[in-house]
Amino acid sequence: MYPASFDYVVPATLEEALETLGRYEDDAKVLAGGQSLIPLMKLRLAAPRVLVDINRLSGLDTLAEENGGLRIGALVRTKTCERSELLGGRWGTLGAAAPLISDPIIRNLGTVCGSLAHADPQGDWGSALLAMDAEVVARSPDGTRTIPLGELFQGPFVTSLEPTEIITEVRVPDPGPTAGGTYLKLERKVGDFATVGVAVHLSMDDGRVGRAGIALTAVGPTNLRATAAEEALAGSELTDAVIREAGRLAAEAAQPYSDTRGTAAYKRTVVRVFTERGLRAAAEAVGARPAGEAGQGGHAAAGPVTTEAALEETDRQDYFSGEETIAGVLDELEDKPGGPDGGER
Amino acid sequence: MKVTMTVNGQERSAEVEPRMLLVHYLRGPLGLTGTHIGCDTTSCGACTVLLDGTPVKSCTMFAVQAEGREITTVEGLAAAGSLHPIQEGFKEEHGLQCGFCTPGMLLASKALLEENPDPSEEEIRWALSGNLCRCTGYQNIVNAVQWTARKLQSDTAPTGASQ
Repeated sequence: MYPASFDYVVPATLEEALETLGRYEDDAKVLAGGQSLIPLMKLRLAAPRVLVDINRLSGLDTLAEENGGLRIGALVRTKTCERSELLGGRWGTLGAAAPLISDPIIRNLGTVCGSLAHADPQGDWGSALLAMDAEVVARSPDGTRTIPLGELFQGPFVTSLEPTEIITEVRVPDPGPTAGGTYLKLERKVGDFATVGVAVHLSMDDGRVGRAGIALTAVGPTNLRATAAEEALAGSELTDAVIREAGRLAAEAAQPYSDTRGTAAYKRTVVRVFTERGLRAAAEAVGARPAGEAGQGGHAAAGPVTTEAALEETDRQDYFSGEETIAGVLDELEDKPGGPDGGER
Repeated sequence: MKVTMTVNGQERSAEVEPRMLLVHYLRGPLGLTGTHIGCDTTSCGACTVLLDGTPVKSCTMFAVQAEGREITTVEGLAAAGSLHPIQEGFKEEHGLQCGFCTPGMLLASKALLEENPDPSEEEIRWALSGNLCRCTGYQNIVNAVQWTARKLQSDTAPTGASQ
């Protein structure tokens, strides 16, 4: 497959990059890792007149803590995050997400900020960083502004970035001294997009949840925050009942479609199970193991989750409730634009 | 526009359109057809080459992006007529049937062993999870990488070390 023709610009400075974007506006795209943009161009879903390759710019590869928070520069590759010892502990949500993104070769080039700018609702970084209250720093010829991720994501592949803006970094605020989290992803095989992903972050305050972040992948038009679940958790102790209620609320916040990866009901159930499982893992990570957990091991494992394992932990009576008959699923599919696959990947 | 890069140790230079993919540049103007185009959608890893030693999918990179960089393709593995140890490993352990995915597998495996000379089976499968094989079911590929790891380690073991 051949992309449409374009002009290729390699700016020597960020100012030069911004100046080029200012000149071409909607006709220009920023090239960082290219692992989403180039496939889109090959499919002719994108045909920018100009590509501004920022890979040779210096100073955009910072991955470091600063004043208690975290900075991830525009050229930080997912592989760098995967290998970083920094992204455990308080940043555990990010450390858990990194190795689950796409496949190892794509992670060598793909960038964190590029994933955010791409705004795929099936993107994993979006949820992991949304759960951690991150914001992007956007530079334009007119200046600099910060955009919370909840405002950045406007819809599938749509952001609030101006055509002349570049995300120079993403910043994660200080989660406090006792914090942790994880990211759980259900995928059919390595490298596939998420069927469902759930990011969980907890900032603890004297044995109780100070702030909870729960964000969902691939079950809505953007990465979604499960706000009601977060609010229910804040100020609570992590008892089994609280965790179950948070799972229920997170599942309610999901807006899944039925597609080739599963029915809407199935995905909603996975959101509930993953939220509960993620909260148990996060509780363990911050040393607040939920009460009544003795002898109930096997919930804390963060990492690749196979369909089989997820089914194992899914309440089967829920999935095969009888409400989701084949005719019912087909009816639901009729209502979705774009056919069984929802018209998007 | 003009692009210059080092391919398998040799400086190569050509006029290319910016939209030319690296894999098309390697296979076309340079005639290095060992790099295969499989899925053409960033999924299968058949087109994997090393960019400054790091595996990348050459169907998802433009040739112009490789300006000044070092590219290794499967043709660059064997030196002076003798197979690279990873090639030997795939031969010894029958790590291929049709051979289509093999160039990508070899390069991804080479990069793995440079970073981790003694990988576990799990680590090998993880590192190769961006490369699809539709023949062997991977077992012999894993065996081949393990064979190579053992060989490289015995080659570099200090001679005369006490047992």
